[in-house]
Amino acid sequence: MAAPVASSEERPLADTARLRRHYAMRAVLGRVSLYLVAILAALACAVPFVWSTLTATKLNADLYNPNNNPFLYNKPPTADHVMFLFNNTAFTTFAWNTLWVGLLVVLITLVLGVPAAYSIARLNRPWSTPMGIAIFFVYLVPPSLLFLSLSRIVVAAGLQDSTWSLVLIYPTITVPVSTWLLIGFLKALPRDIEEQAMVDGYSRLGAMLHTILPLLFPGIVAVIVFAFTLTASEFIYALTFISPTQEKVVSTGVPTELIRGDVFFWQSLQAANIFVAVPIAFVFNLFLARFISGFTMGAVKG
Amino acid sequence: MAELVRDAPRRQELDGTRRRLADRDGFLAWIFLVPTVVYIIVLVAIPFFLAIAFAFSDVTAGNPSYDWVGLENFSRVFDDPVFWQALRNTFVFTAISMVLIVVFGKVLAMVLVADFRGKWLVRFLVLLPWTTPVALSSITWLWLLHSIYSPIDWVLRNVGLIEDNSYFLGKPALAMGSVIAVHVWRLVPLAAVIMMVGILSIPDDLIEASRIDGAGFWRRLFEITIPLTFPLIAVAALFGAIFTFTDMAVVYVLTGGGPTNSTHVLASWSFVRGIGGGDIGQGAVIALFLFPLLLAAAILILRSVRKMETI
Amino acid sequence: MSVTVEVSNLIKQFDGGHVRAIDDVNLAIEEGEYLVLLGPSGCGKTTLLRTIAGLEQPTSGDVLIAGSVVNGLPPRVRKVAMVFQSYALYPHKTVLANIVFPLKPEKLPKQERESKARWAAELLGIDQLLDRKPRQLSGGERQRVALARALVRAPHVFLLDEPLSNLDAKLRASARDELKRFQQRVGTTTVYVTHDQAEAMGLGDRIAVMDKGKLRQLGHPVEVYDDPADTFVATFIGSPPMNLVPRDGTLVGFRPEHLLPVSHVTGERVDVTFHVDRIEHLSGDRHVYGTVSGLGEENRVIARLPATVTDPVTPGEAHAFGVNIDRLRFFGAESGTRTEPIRVDAKHG
Repeated sequence: MAAPVASSEERPLADTARLRRHYAMRAVLGRVSLYLVAILAALACAVPFVWSTLTATKLNADLYNPNNNPFLYNKPPTADHVMFLFNNTAFTTFAWNTLWVGLLVVLITLVLGVPAAYSIARLNRPWSTPMGIAIFFVYLVPPSLLFLSLSRIVVAAGLQDSTWSLVLIYPTITVPVSTWLLIGFLKALPRDIEEQAMVDGYSRLGAMLHTILPLLFPGIVAVIVFAFTLTASEFIYALTFISPTQEKVVSTGVPTELIRGDVFFWQSLQAANIFVAVPIAFVFNLFLARFISGFTMGAVKG
Repeated sequence: MAELVRDAPRRQELDGTRRRLADRDGFLAWIFLVPTVVYIIVLVAIPFFLAIAFAFSDVTAGNPSYDWVGLENFSRVFDDPVFWQALRNTFVFTAISMVLIVVFGKVLAMVLVADFRGKWLVRFLVLLPWTTPVALSSITWLWLLHSIYSPIDWVLRNVGLIEDNSYFLGKPALAMGSVIAVHVWRLVPLAAVIMMVGILSIPDDLIEASRIDGAGFWRRLFEITIPLTFPLIAVAALFGAIFTFTDMAVVYVLTGGGPTNSTHVLASWSFVRGIGGGDIGQGAVIALFLFPLLLAAAILILRSVRKMETI
Repeated sequence: MSVTVEVSNLIKQFDGGHVRAIDDVNLAIEEGEYLVLLGPSGCGKTTLLRTIAGLEQPTSGDVLIAGSVVNGLPPRVRKVAMVFQSYALYPHKTVLANIVFPLKPEKLPKQERESKARWAAELLGIDQLLDRKPRQLSGGERQRVALARALVRAPHVFLLDEPLSNLDAKLRASARDELKRFQQRVGTTTVYVTHDQAEAMGLGDRIAVMDKGKLRQLGHPVEVYDDPADTFVATFIGSPPMNLVPRDGTLVGFRPEHLLPVSHVTGERVDVTFHVDRIEHLSGDRHVYGTVSGLGEENRVIARLPATVTDPVTPGEAHAFGVNIDRLRFFGAESGTRTEPIRVDAKHG
């Protein structure tokens, strides 16, 4: 591959036509392999979901026949199982619970995390660095170590079997890691900008609100996405703290409602998967586009 | 014009203004940090020490009174071969997933920063595994790996690779492979996004300079992109490790620790003993093993990041 | 002339006292003056500027602005304007929003804010750029936006931190001229930090030369150039720097342009033998490198011959050169500070 490059100096100029063809080929090849990898990656990630969508609308007689092609409708599709999910289970309640718990947790995370990160990254106290490290290590304390004692605290707080227990506890997962992420983003912002604002007549707080917060946008987006997905995915606490159906969130409610003993309501389970996965991914893809453009516009570099 | 500039009110302001609290770095530094610190102390530090205390007690779900039992829980846990199996599994799962997550994540990150048609759709599809609650996607995988109806088996059967079904979750080795595969599938998008940030922050002129210097794709990858983004690659690896190490949902949903406890990890085994079996003392002992291991891994990774950064 | 900015006995320590970034500096800047803080990087000039702005607090000593001690006051109440080396334009705001920004805390009505901002933009000739974002501007335009933003709040003093160092060489000359004309027009006291002695000589009403946290000399550009207070100033200012020749525990200094062939030295002069090694031709001048003997110890020196001196000078040969005796400066070999003239043998030309 490197051969034509290495010897190109000695080559007479007349040969550039050949070289040009060679590199044109290479460029085409590069594009083709890029598309190939992109398509493969998309398939690897998304096939379970595509297939979920198919399964969710299959008749029992279609699904429970090992000889039927699982990627096609062998019998006409049906919406019965999807209707069952919405009409006969508490799925909408679960989804709503996941949504408002997630949003509240994201909000709490930002309210606690942004000032804490700013304090550690920018206000230059002697304890700043050790505090930053300490906060990261807090993130390493896994839920599987804490859920036993936290369930006691939840009981003591009178939040047992209430979705609010998750609002109280989930920031223990999201705050440390978000603070740590935000410290990284803040350190990448030039100090000049806020010092300029301070000289321009703003207090330290005013400078932070007017200049640092807007520039921190990519970091805040990262935190929103990260905190929400962590919250929506969380399993141990949701399983431990809450047993009444009405208070459950998606990740515990769907399995317990639709897996009754050994009976799996397969199509409805797949439908639930799709109805949760697609909206979240859609919204986050919008965020991600902003996040990337925030980077490439040089907002971070100043 | 000079007059216009100069005649603004000036002098009276300087003397009268006292420093407001919003100007004082020391005050702000504390007030910004205190809520987070208090929150963490109450809901992480105290439960953490409570968990340690449980490990030395006979607290059970049925009998919540605290009695000191010394190391009894430890010896009961250590006598159980399932614990050692779970410990081994935790390491195997974490190590293999971490490597695969980093490699696939790197490839995916480079795809995501490239410019091509349909980028939006590809990014959307690629995000799905990470943004979906793990319990739900694991259930989908449960069906994909079903003993009778598995579509994967159907494909393999029709291609002619197998005669009978694979029973992915019925054989220990295949079950472990399945758990690892689901972890990797779920965490690669996250790793990709983290590494993407690294690639985006490499200055363009560096890449361009290396192109002019005659570096091809692979040389650029190994001599520019990977060394420069190493800190973020390490962070991606760290997150991959933490999520695999502490997660129990995949194991819980997919195999329930089976067949015959062969796929248990510390987190799921602790849950089974502590909540399922009601033996909170034992559950605490098992979970306690997670922390020092995680701490060691994190220190190791963060050290190497710092070393790279100072070069 | 009243004094707008004054620092007295100012000391600033970093790292718990291990580093003295500013070491007992006294400086009074007069109203409307253009003062240049000049020194090599790390000499404390930027720290001094930041201390005046209130971004750093002094370890001891006072900062006075418009007659009041402002120690401990936050930057926002000092009514100073600062232009950072990077220009620190707010990347998420348009040019207009950037210029309006300092007026917002003053609680002026919106219309007045805008009209002031437009006035400043017009003054700097950037009124057609008001809707752009900073990343769409060239280096020179960014500088003007930064200046307009500094101007709009009618500050007591402009603090400029190497504002030209991000511009390319060609732009720098015109931007320097623009800066000077701008300051003359608005008449605001200005403190200008630079490491570039040509900028300092060209812009400053007075120059304060700093090294290792200490103020070495304060004076008009001509004074600092002609009568340097010590060997640091003598060699830091001037390009090529002042020649120093050791003689009897003293250093005898003279500028390269004063070392000339004997026929061109008028008045009382001291004669030397100049062994020439090498000649550089720089925009009409000849820079001649070589060794002198006869003045003191043999030492390497540089002579700068203007285009009007056409005497042949050949590398490898010794020539009869001389220096006007009034042009000699004397420094203590140990201390480096100026000393009384010592006797040298002189001839009349």
